[in-house]
Amino acid sequence: MKITKTTLMASAIVAVAGAASAEEMTIVSWGGAYSKSQLKAYHEPYSEKTGVTILNDDSSAEAVAKLRAMNEAGNVTWDVVDVVAADAIRLCDEGLALEIDFDTQLAPAPDGTSASDDFGDLLVSDCFIPQIVYSTTFGYRTDLVGDNPPTEICAVFDLENYPGKRSLEKRPINNMEWALLCDGVAKDDVYDVLATPEGQDQALAKLDTIKDSVVWWSAGADTPQLLADGEVIMGSTYNGRLFSVIEEQKQPVAMLWDAQVFDLDGWIIPAGLSEERQQRALDYIMFATDTQRLADQAKYISYGPARASSAPLVGQHADLGIDMAPHMPTDPENAKNTFLYNYEFWADYRDDIDAKFQAWLAK
Amino acid sequence: MTDATQSGPMLAADGTPLKKSLARSLRRRKLRALALIAPLLLFVLLSFVIPIVSMLFRSVENGIVSQTLPLTVVELQNWDAESGELPDEALYAAFAKDMVAAIDAKEHTKLGSRLNYEQTGMSSMFRQSGRKIKRLDPEADAPFKEKLIEIHDGWGDVNIWRVIKTHAVPITNGYFLNAVDMQRTPEGAQAQPEDKRILIKLFGRTLFMSLIITGSCILLAYPISYLLANLPMRVSNMLMILVLLPFWTSLLVRTSAWKVMLQQQGVINETLVWLGFVADDARLVIINNQFGTIIAMTHILLPFMILPMYSVMQTIPPTYTRAAKSMGATNWTTFWRIYFPQSIPGIGAGSILVFILAIGYYITPEIVGGTKGVFISNRIAYHISSSLNWGLAAALGTILLAVVLLLYWCYDKIVGIDNVKLG
Repeated sequence: MKITKTTLMASAIVAVAGAASAEEMTIVSWGGAYSKSQLKAYHEPYSEKTGVTILNDDSSAEAVAKLRAMNEAGNVTWDVVDVVAADAIRLCDEGLALEIDFDTQLAPAPDGTSASDDFGDLLVSDCFIPQIVYSTTFGYRTDLVGDNPPTEICAVFDLENYPGKRSLEKRPINNMEWALLCDGVAKDDVYDVLATPEGQDQALAKLDTIKDSVVWWSAGADTPQLLADGEVIMGSTYNGRLFSVIEEQKQPVAMLWDAQVFDLDGWIIPAGLSEERQQRALDYIMFATDTQRLADQAKYISYGPARASSAPLVGQHADLGIDMAPHMPTDPENAKNTFLYNYEFWADYRDDIDAKFQAWLAK
Repeated sequence: MTDATQSGPMLAADGTPLKKSLARSLRRRKLRALALIAPLLLFVLLSFVIPIVSMLFRSVENGIVSQTLPLTVVELQNWDAESGELPDEALYAAFAKDMVAAIDAKEHTKLGSRLNYEQTGMSSMFRQSGRKIKRLDPEADAPFKEKLIEIHDGWGDVNIWRVIKTHAVPITNGYFLNAVDMQRTPEGAQAQPEDKRILIKLFGRTLFMSLIITGSCILLAYPISYLLANLPMRVSNMLMILVLLPFWTSLLVRTSAWKVMLQQQGVINETLVWLGFVADDARLVIINNQFGTIIAMTHILLPFMILPMYSVMQTIPPTYTRAAKSMGATNWTTFWRIYFPQSIPGIGAGSILVFILAIGYYITPEIVGGTKGVFISNRIAYHISSSLNWGLAAALGTILLAVVLLLYWCYDKIVGIDNVKLG
């Protein structure tokens, strides 16, 4: 009798567990304020609508390596993964991400524009559904620059007028472009020049002029902290991080939008999911990347929605009550001089230039 | 009992020869012992040995080229890479056939990323031409040579074919060559261009700094351990908590705390400026360089030195030193001739622990090391998680492992591994 009871209970538990996992999905993202904005804008409304429980995993920083390992082990436990576009291209190349048919698998804009037209040029890979446009740009300490606040990117290389430390990311991407731009290379020629060994040397030589005054960062939170502590006079980081330093923490910091580099962050669905899980992931993507949902995310974080049709719907910050539009990197006032991360170029040159860059750093 | 049975084999109680019976019982005992440790053995094998061996194997494994382009690789054997002339139509036809199949299986971009490690630009070449080659028919659309060159002019570049031929071998030394700042070329192994050499330097730096960290750990840990071992139990337990408290704190927290302490607007600099030892515009640079790495890592690894030293020193009987002194030895002689030699096993164990942990460290150098304080493991991490060049990462890891084993062997030769005690 006792045994039967235990068996019954065990099988009941198994049944419940089975049912629960059928209505569960694991979504991988970056954690922190960014995951919170997704929770509010996407996960909560989606769970309410469908009853699916969403589990968060803050592993986006190692997503490429982990997905490859999972794929090799034949056990992919993630359903939807948030990655930057460059990683998405790599995952797509490696056959680790599912190819998406944008027009049938994504929602059209409210006025009927197809998804592929609505996202436009931002569809940089067959596997990648863009979510936000963010930018890597500079912030500076308003109290340390005197009466002469910097207005253009070359202030970073101007030690005479802006003495003090500056923080740059410990990788060649973006820094090499800025260096060439400030060494007299025309914006349209930057990547042609950077593709040659001479151009790479030129960029490193320009960076060499400020090398002793640079603090190199590798986590997005470094520059905001360094600015808040007064360790650096200016530094590059993601615009959303600077927004929170300026508007939420009220530090004496201002944005230098000049020559900001646009980059994309978005979703991929791992390859090799079971039919059922893949269907659920696609259903989630269809919901979470529609026009309203993308506009909703901008209430919680200052990144621009990737759909053209979402821009007019961007409202006020949910807690601060300020208009978010002027804080978007895509706002016309901020976007007078911009770069778009050159995915094709960096997919080819990243390893080569990174080796040179690291050798230069260690010199 | 006759003489004959006396000189024959000795028998056990059941009549079998004693030797055989003994061997059987020994074997049974061994089997039982094996059965007892089997779960652990299996666990270690599955979770430790197999993954490590398979990871090490990646450092030479290179099947991707011949698996993705099987026909092309065969044709490449007939092509003279030194001739300076493009391969003939047969090779292009084989290549088109291979590519159509590879694109179908979505393998071509994988190969592109692999070859991009050797020749910049091949990643986009495979991706871009993939979109167009997809539409070709491997039979009807011949000849291919001109068509392929029109699709991407890279296919008309002798150098591209030389690279593919060079890296078509299923087992390659290419990753190991890359790991020591060399490269595999059609003319054999050659040094990397000067401006890309970094890995040897990082290996050297990793070993050098690990030695310094081990040394400073010994210097700091020895007096502390001595104190702990010789104070009354109640006091030494209190002090022990102070040693263990940071040991139980998260590594990241401790590293970040050092950042707060050491940065130019940090606690130490502020105090020095306030006391007037340092001018406000000449604050000390003690982080984001080698010095910062050494300080932070010495602090983090110190407990690994203190604990073995302490447990060895505890076992040194105080009677020896008393005996030495009673026979007229000075304090110094007593320490140097009597106490110190007995504490060496603790130093040995602590040094091995700290050194081996130090050369694999990565998060602390990443956070406080700046540009001059990073270790080889930071490059391994980059190749594992960013460039996905796992072959190179595996080669670097293998070399690091070999260096550790070599040093361990040297240690055994010089000091003797029996001379290591954890307590």
